[in-house]
Amino acid sequence: MSTFLGMPSLPVFGTGNLHAAESFPTAAHRELGNAQLRANLGHATHTIRDKRLQVVSELPDWEQLRDAGSAIKESVMARLPELLEQFEQNFTAHGGVIHWARDADEANAIVAGLIRDTGETEVVKVKSMATQEIGLNEYLEEQGITAFETDLAELIVQLDHDKPSHILVPAIHKNRTEIRDIFLREMPGADPELTDNPAVLAMAARAHLRRKFLTAKVAVSGANFALADSGTLAVVESEGNGRMCLTLPETLITVMGVEKLLPSWQDLEVFMQLLPRSSTGERMNPYTSLWTGVTEGDGPQNVHLVLLDNGRSAALADELGRSALHCIRCSACMNVCPVYERTGGHAYGSTYPGPIGAILSPLLTGIESEENSSLPYASSLCGACYDACPVKINIPDILVHLRSVDVDSKRGKKKLPSQMDVGMKAASWALSSGKRLGLLEKGLPLGRLAAGPDQKITKLPGIAAGWTQSRDIPAPPQKSFRDWWAKEHHGPESGGTNAPAQGNAPADAHNNAQAKAQDKEDGA
Amino acid sequence: MSAREDILGRIRSALRDAPVAPQIPREYRATSELDQDALIHLLVDRLVDYKARVCVVDAAEVPERIAELLADARSYVVPAGLDAGWTAGPHSAPDGDRRREDSVSAPLTVAELDGVDAVVTGSAVAVAETGTIILDGSPNQGRRAISLVPDHHICVVNAADIAGILPEALRRIDGTRPLTMISGPSATSDIELERVEGVHGPRNLDVIIAR
Amino acid sequence: MRIALFATCIVDAMYPRTAQATVSILERLGHEVVFPSGQACCGQMHVNSGYLKEAVPVVANHVRAFDTEDYDVAVAPSGSCVASVKHQHPMVARSCGDTALEARAAAVGARTYELSELLVDVLGVTDAGAQLGSYFPHRVTYHPSCHGMRLLRLGDRQARLLRSVQGIELAELPEADQCCGFGGTFSMKNADVSSAMLEDKTANVRSTGAELCTGGDASCLMHIGGGLSRQGSDVTTLHLAEILASTAEAPASVTGDVRVSTGKATR
Repeated sequence: MSTFLGMPSLPVFGTGNLHAAESFPTAAHRELGNAQLRANLGHATHTIRDKRLQVVSELPDWEQLRDAGSAIKESVMARLPELLEQFEQNFTAHGGVIHWARDADEANAIVAGLIRDTGETEVVKVKSMATQEIGLNEYLEEQGITAFETDLAELIVQLDHDKPSHILVPAIHKNRTEIRDIFLREMPGADPELTDNPAVLAMAARAHLRRKFLTAKVAVSGANFALADSGTLAVVESEGNGRMCLTLPETLITVMGVEKLLPSWQDLEVFMQLLPRSSTGERMNPYTSLWTGVTEGDGPQNVHLVLLDNGRSAALADELGRSALHCIRCSACMNVCPVYERTGGHAYGSTYPGPIGAILSPLLTGIESEENSSLPYASSLCGACYDACPVKINIPDILVHLRSVDVDSKRGKKKLPSQMDVGMKAASWALSSGKRLGLLEKGLPLGRLAAGPDQKITKLPGIAAGWTQSRDIPAPPQKSFRDWWAKEHHGPESGGTNAPAQGNAPADAHNNAQAKAQDKEDGA
Repeated sequence: MSAREDILGRIRSALRDAPVAPQIPREYRATSELDQDALIHLLVDRLVDYKARVCVVDAAEVPERIAELLADARSYVVPAGLDAGWTAGPHSAPDGDRRREDSVSAPLTVAELDGVDAVVTGSAVAVAETGTIILDGSPNQGRRAISLVPDHHICVVNAADIAGILPEALRRIDGTRPLTMISGPSATSDIELERVEGVHGPRNLDVIIAR
Repeated sequence: MRIALFATCIVDAMYPRTAQATVSILERLGHEVVFPSGQACCGQMHVNSGYLKEAVPVVANHVRAFDTEDYDVAVAPSGSCVASVKHQHPMVARSCGDTALEARAAAVGARTYELSELLVDVLGVTDAGAQLGSYFPHRVTYHPSCHGMRLLRLGDRQARLLRSVQGIELAELPEADQCCGFGGTFSMKNADVSSAMLEDKTANVRSTGAELCTGGDASCLMHIGGGLSRQGSDVTTLHLAEILASTAEAPASVTGDVRVSTGKATR
């Protein structure tokens, strides 16, 4: 049991592949121009949405499972130090070795050191968001160690020298024909007759990686869950590449964020129901492996775990944002997100794209880091992500919270206020009094004048130009409702005899006929 | 300060508002009400959906069924603790040449396993609702490698070991054993999110449900 | 029942006929409508854009206007603004440490209803044709706005009311649950993505062959209507309150939001 030591200065932010290098609108503009990308994403996200809805609707207790999952994760965050120590004790008691890494650099150095100790220069890898986040492959390459990605989609991305664009299906932005072409171009010994049938492509990946699996001495993995009360780790997968990496090599090095803990074995029954259905839209994923330290004679005999902070403690310090750490990386939020569907994952810059990425990345790095302040605005706040989230992370609320953190972080720092600053300030003044709004509404006819004979506004200046790039604005009415109410509304009893004198008649049943007559006059 | 102390210190400091761990509402289903026939029916339905091949037989017929499934195999491996009667059925030839045994004390190498066509194992428990079979490394299931490397996995599930839903199944398992949860043959959805069966794990999964 | 109308700033200033229609419906049902004159805006534009500090006076103004015993329930013809009143107002008050305002905001939120919610849950309207005389002989498609659907859980209340209008032909909108891309300042800050979302929404609207698209939120309808107008489409938008208020004797015009609200004839 350790006590509170020293004076940790919070927050300490994360490093690595967590940053947007350009603002989201800039990146989105470019990605939106790629029609093939949009078609691929539209097809893939709609396929998975339907599958998810189908398998979720089968469970009568889905909402109860979500409630339990959410509460378990909230409990993990509240008890994190205690649970980490408990996990460490159990994992270690079973022969595993734990390493702690403050940030990406430290984690990379630990992993490289462990690989060097084995004398190997090649490792096989199971898809892992944590190692993607810390940029492990790139680091190992600098150290003369080759990491072979074994998940099909990761393999596609690696062969194409591309970057992942989705946390479950990193190559979601590629269609089958593009994947076939990548294999033909980059995969040594690929059959020149290779078709773009997904089953055929999967077989090509099998043949390509088989020898690697059978001879690898070292594997690197992530982990989906870690059970504190037993010291057990779990990897959830489909292809069997995970089992290969977790079973056949002599040394297994797992990199995992500190937030992945679950308190007990019983909690697994909740998450193994939530994750597969939310993720691939299956009742259960083909394979899940669980191991507790070292089992004599079965599987790797040198078992390491690198526990990674890299900004997680900073995210935890944000009381309104910390529930982003509940994320189990299922990807349901991005699969239902209308923004992600159109821009793809690369527009978000970070390893974590989509709605969860738009909150997680700035929480891990700090809102002021590079262009990450643009990420919380990459949402129309439609709320589809919150509904889909198996652990009920209120992503829209956290997006709004981070927007206010962003706005506040810039207050007083700018030489000149932005148009948005000025507009919001003015609107706050105008909209915090019925009297002031009423006075301003007296100017509505001016808007009608501006709208011209077409009675629509097609071009606005400044930030409002974004609106008129694809939409008109109707000419405003001659008078506001407020005005009409004060001058012309007489309640139900006097009804039909009190039609408004002006042309902007209400759609009220009692005076609509007169309104129509007036319409004709105005239009003449 | 060590990284460990540093990180734990940061986390404690992040929690200085002392959030209270909530009570966990466990109102989800903990049990199912299905009888054995219904459990078998559901498990078969789910496994078939995953493109596994399934048959339901009386316990006495297991050896014969295994023999049929192994008919084309040039060699197969079994864990040393597998029911000896299962691979010596009335129709199976003396399998001295084809049959390999594997155990922790006498393991086959990975290369040897790669040269084997099939594997026969028992199982610890199955989940009908999700079509999941759980192996826990008991003597009749063996090391994890043997049910992974050969391309054809023949897995026997005792009807009594079928649970209705996942919580029931996990309660029957010791979580600290090396566990593999199997739901159909290996598969991927990585190309256009369409599922195709058969990647790195066994491409063929035969499940024999023994009544 | 004495019902306080929260017109919302966009309806007050841009779509007065939506509020007038709301008044008409409620009065037809025999209720008294009051209009708290201090009201202005719910403040969600400020909150959703990150200007929490600037939202405080807007929220305080709304609470001041509606924190009276002068009415039984409040109603607004907008799912989004009601969701803001219910969910955001207490949060904004909390963020500036004003616990008294937080409590008052929560109390106001608790008796504020979205129009269809009030009609169905409180006033027992199950058949708009029979109970309101609603008559609207047109082919219509319906967009369920996100905040009504996901924050207020309105379910099919709006659709049920529409279906019970005499003479209406309701055409199913493909991918109805997809956001139209408005999102307040999102439509300006991320104009490209917003436009891409709008493009798909308007294509779906046009595919139905409907004369107009209705819904419960003037802001989304302004967005969809603005897109249709720019594309040169004849399809327009009309708030569902105006459809419910329409009768056989005095049918609402189908010529769309722009023209209807300005009283202009149209092509």
